Amino acid sequence: MKFDLHQALNHLDLNADWVGLRQVSEKTTTHAVRDGRPQSNGRDFTQGVMVEVLAEGQFGYAATNRLDPASLQGAAEQAYQQAIATSKWAIHSFTPEVRPKAVGQYQSPFQQPLDLISVADQLDLLVKVCDTLHVSDQIVKTSAFTQTLETEQIFVSSNGTDTHQTFGFVITNYEATAQDGSIIQKRTDNGPLARCYQAGSEVFDPDQVLARAQQVGEQAIALLAAEDCPTATTTLVLAPDQMMLQIHESVGHPLELDRILGDERNYAGSSFVKLSDFGHLVYGSPLMNITFDPTVPGEFAGYAFDDAGMPAQREYLIKEGLLLRGLGSLESQARAQVPGVANFRARSWNRAPIDRMANLNLEPGQSSFEEMIGDIESGVYMEANRSWSIDDYRNKFQFGCEYARLIEKGKLTKILRNPNYRGITNQFWGNLAQVGDANTFAMYGTPYCGKGEPNQCIRVGHASPTCVFKEIEVFGGAA
Amino acid sequence: MSTSVATIPTETLTAWESTFNQLADLLLDNLQAGEHLSIELAGEQSHFMRLNAGKVRQSGLVTDASINIRLIANQRTAYAGFPFTGDLAVDSAVALEQIQQLRQDLPQLPEDPYIVLPENYGSSREAYPGQLLAPDQVSAALLPAVQGVDFTGIYASGPIVRANRNSAGQQHWFATETFVLDYSLIAPSEKAVKATLAGQTWDQTAYTDQIQQSITQLKVLDRPVKVIDPGQYRTYFAPAATAELIGMLSWGGVSEASMQQGGSALAKLREGKSLSPHLTLKENFSLGLVPRFNSLGEVAPEEVPLLVEGQLVNTLVNARTAKEYQVKSNAASAHEGMRSPEVLPGTLSTADILAQLGTGLYLSNLHYLNWSDRTGGRITGMTRYACFWVEQGEIIAPIKDLRFDDSLYEFLGAKLEHLTDTQEFIPCVDTYGARSLGGSLMPGLLINDFTFTL
Repeated sequence: MKFDLHQALNHLDLNADWVGLRQVSEKTTTHAVRDGRPQSNGRDFTQGVMVEVLAEGQFGYAATNRLDPASLQGAAEQAYQQAIATSKWAIHSFTPEVRPKAVGQYQSPFQQPLDLISVADQLDLLVKVCDTLHVSDQIVKTSAFTQTLETEQIFVSSNGTDTHQTFGFVITNYEATAQDGSIIQKRTDNGPLARCYQAGSEVFDPDQVLARAQQVGEQAIALLAAEDCPTATTTLVLAPDQMMLQIHESVGHPLELDRILGDERNYAGSSFVKLSDFGHLVYGSPLMNITFDPTVPGEFAGYAFDDAGMPAQREYLIKEGLLLRGLGSLESQARAQVPGVANFRARSWNRAPIDRMANLNLEPGQSSFEEMIGDIESGVYMEANRSWSIDDYRNKFQFGCEYARLIEKGKLTKILRNPNYRGITNQFWGNLAQVGDANTFAMYGTPYCGKGEPNQCIRVGHASPTCVFKEIEVFGGAA
Repeated sequence: MSTSVATIPTETLTAWESTFNQLADLLLDNLQAGEHLSIELAGEQSHFMRLNAGKVRQSGLVTDASINIRLIANQRTAYAGFPFTGDLAVDSAVALEQIQQLRQDLPQLPEDPYIVLPENYGSSREAYPGQLLAPDQVSAALLPAVQGVDFTGIYASGPIVRANRNSAGQQHWFATETFVLDYSLIAPSEKAVKATLAGQTWDQTAYTDQIQQSITQLKVLDRPVKVIDPGQYRTYFAPAATAELIGMLSWGGVSEASMQQGGSALAKLREGKSLSPHLTLKENFSLGLVPRFNSLGEVAPEEVPLLVEGQLVNTLVNARTAKEYQVKSNAASAHEGMRSPEVLPGTLSTADILAQLGTGLYLSNLHYLNWSDRTGGRITGMTRYACFWVEQGEIIAPIKDLRFDDSLYEFLGAKLEHLTDTQEFIPCVDTYGARSLGGSLMPGLLINDFTFTL
């Protein structure tokens, strides 16, 4: 008999102030080929229900993968007991207002269904990708990876919430490692796993995929003969596939209200941003406009409702450089008394939601790529993240990229390898000197944003134009 | 206060073991000619309590288990993962559907020249029951002792299971009941005393004693924070910081596949370089904290030396890598990372750490490490929590966090002066998807001229 979440809710016998059931089912298909040979191929299926109960101002939760009325009743009782047992020690006394009634549906966009491409066709394409990446015998390793996910999430609650959201995700990664003696360079398709979208099998268009693979292979070879990135304080131009990481680490995480409220201090860390900064802090130059926007079609972390039932909508977090709003759910907004967004998100049915990024984007400016480069007397242009590290207050960062070009007298010249740069968040964004126009804008994401206790990896999307930053420390690799 | 200690449902574990074995029997009995199958189970019943400022932020229970089956036929292989609910009827139906799906997928895959067929390496059954706090008693046990201090972290507890069966007849079962309290006591300066308390038996007195020690240590952090300029400093890494540095070697370091495919930071050790003769690193399963069997059912030797007196003597090799590169497997995990690492102690006594450090930095913990140049062996990261400036053997002040960027060929090479003569067990507290098992056994390191950049 098919499990019915609405019936399960109706059958619960519980004296609680609020109860919610969030059912998640997810099918994952993974294909990985290395050097043209199958590496890992398979399917994963997970499903379960998270029961949340509010009693005496405290939420308790219990999650189970047993989808039957008795197990749900048992989980609800466990959740209730947790709420009661910990209410005396609760960090905040919540009301059902942080779980508003929500009714609606969401279907992620796609042009062609995910199951349109067979396993055989998928593997055939990945083998061709490896062949294409192998542009010379100096390519010592080629890898091609695809993952598709079909996710269904249903959320019902005692105050009438009834949302049904279905998602199709596609993640790809194509990479080539080149070697010349002790010099080893790796190039990927915009950074490892950076191509993450809500999409269908149209993502696997062979002409486009193989053209990109050809470029990845050629650039890996070119890096072998390249000079190391110089050590200098100079003008830095970042492509969108590095801007995604820059936005993620130095804007997204520090603006998470749960970090500012201290929840993450034992794990992911805190933030240099204080609650009193909202509405006042000049975060970056006037060219800096950051939006939280789960409504961008095709971007990786789109949805209609978060896991508290809050409707998702586009909000400016930073406008013309001024910090306006944090990444905080209804729970965090109640605790912090500052404006937030619909970002209460859990990795799956087996984790409780916390404040997360979703789609976090830098809005395009007015400058064309040619204008930006043409204005630079001396600088470095970097693409695709390969290394990332930032302190627990999100101040001092050091990021490395796969590929760089020297900029001399307004032109891109030599290829540079092992490019790195470092800075301090507020100063760095203050040095944002030019923001590319919509033609330079591109969208990426990652399936692996880690945070929370217990830990959760979650999907985030980031879109950005190419950007120019003044007076940034850049440097190369080990001798 | 008195706190009763409860055994978390061992009856569930017994039921899981029985259901898993019946399910495995069903799948194995239904194999067709020429098919091979391995079956893995990973499961847990966890209580998670998230704490902030001495209060409860979130608390709940998660019962989660999953099966992963790998089917091999006609030189092709594919896997399927699906929930294990413990209800044999439900799980059997899903399992049979999944294996049927794999039978449809396999002919569509290319041949895999490096397939490892299941073998019977011998069977094992290990069960380590614990005495854990009942979930409804945890807040009352933890929180009275930390009122008045800023106590933040997570308590996670309950049973964990790993099991493996295969078509060659092998059976492994590993069950343990553990708790981990991973916490920070945070000073007004936002510096913190970071600590863990982990085990299988909750001891309320041990807990309150440890908290009192942490509160005492917190007082040292009351001093004004000192800003240190970037540069090279004599630096002591406490065992938790050592664990972070050594842990990087599981990420493109000691893996044989990584070594063969141009992704290892230790490749230069195969080209004649060596690290400090003070440094010996091994996999040591004798602590019994993690199962010795891997996802293929191979059983690792009790000890696998990796670095002996600075020389690379072994990498971690699983059977698939062994087949591809014609080397011998040492039953490493699928990604060939360390599962139970130990760095052998040196000669520096704990009492002499500050005196031997002289003037420099004392680092309790590190944060967010990454390779800044993997093939060059260069690692960047941040200092975190209780880190101090020391002058002439005396702690002067906690420091404002510093970024470092240095090569392991330097700081684990000629710059490594001493290791402490004692080790600490640093539990693995990760809970991504599931609670981790085990941890590492690490001494402190005294390193000369360690490079800080920002």
